[in-house]
Amino acid sequence: MNPSPMPVSAVGANALRTITLEVFRFRPEQDPLPSWQTYQVPCREEWVVLDALNYIKDHLDGSLSYRWSCHMAVCGSCGMMINGKPILSCKAFVRDFPDHIRVEPLGNLTVIRDLVVKQERLLANLSAVKSWLIPKTPAAADEPYRQTPVQLDQYRHLSMCINCLLCYAACPQVALNEGYLGPAALALAHRYNLDSRDGGTFERMQATASADGIWECSFVGECSEVCPKHVDPAGAIQQMKLASSLDWFARRLGLGERS
Amino acid sequence: MSSSVYTPKLPRWWWLHHAGYRRYMVRELSCIPIGVFAVMLIVGCWRLEQGPESWQAFRAALATPLALVWQLIALAFAVYHSITWFALAPRTMPLRIGARRLPASWIAGAHYLAWAVLSLLVLRIVGG
Repeated sequence: MNPSPMPVSAVGANALRTITLEVFRFRPEQDPLPSWQTYQVPCREEWVVLDALNYIKDHLDGSLSYRWSCHMAVCGSCGMMINGKPILSCKAFVRDFPDHIRVEPLGNLTVIRDLVVKQERLLANLSAVKSWLIPKTPAAADEPYRQTPVQLDQYRHLSMCINCLLCYAACPQVALNEGYLGPAALALAHRYNLDSRDGGTFERMQATASADGIWECSFVGECSEVCPKHVDPAGAIQQMKLASSLDWFARRLGLGERS
Repeated sequence: MSSSVYTPKLPRWWWLHHAGYRRYMVRELSCIPIGVFAVMLIVGCWRLEQGPESWQAFRAALATPLALVWQLIALAFAVYHSITWFALAPRTMPLRIGARRLPASWIAGAHYLAWAVLSLLVLRIVGG
């Protein structure tokens, strides 16, 4: 477990910088509408915004709710809008921000409480696109599915997704169409399509090439800009559009063998 | 109580608040001047088919200051669209030679090369 930030008394006063944190609050049992609450937080030089939130939770206001776990940009649970941009709060160094920092829950998603958003949309979409390996041929029980480094290199960058939802928060199409499968789910569908062991591309296409799939993307490109793992969902979706179009032509010309 | 969640709404002018969204919107809007310019070309073909006088009148209309300004605007948008599109091409069409990925600059470079060759070809045909 990570230790919570040190109490202020434990650090030299000259190392502290007082930040005004303006935090989005939503406590439906008290108020059906969200509001803003400001906190004065003495921050150390090396603190990230998540440390400042932990300071609030430990020393100023225990009622503040937010998700976090690993504090090292691996678990993908502490994504927030910080000064209007989606970012992992464990990667957002306070020193890179002005003295006034606004913290909101991830955009385009339903808020349950304070900085906590519903993750169900991504989870449902991951199922819809079948983001798992659908083997071409069943392997013998004691045989591994073999893969060369070059075959691995085809999809490896896409497999880095940590499901943090920053790309959903950055995508206006996610906000405009509730049914849109969204960047992360489509990028992960592409990850399996590109896997040499996989034979599920056509099965996935029923979802990915549907009206709520890849064609809803207008290549705004912000999903890739905010991705903390450089997955490039925007690029993956354009590659799927190209593959889907070629598949359409191939089938019109009677070349495709797909049912 | 069970339905007490907060669903944010995308502001009407969402794209004005963020530089990345503004760049995207300019690229989307570039279709309007480019589309109008395409219509002008089609009108030009139609006027050419009507005979030399119609063609000369069309050319004169194109040379008025207002028409020239409009064509410069359309050109600016076309260049912006092309450059941003070529920059995205390596991500849309990643290519490999054997085990190695082709560098992004090669893929974008090939687009610029094709652009230059086609432009020269058109100039050659139009210029006689």
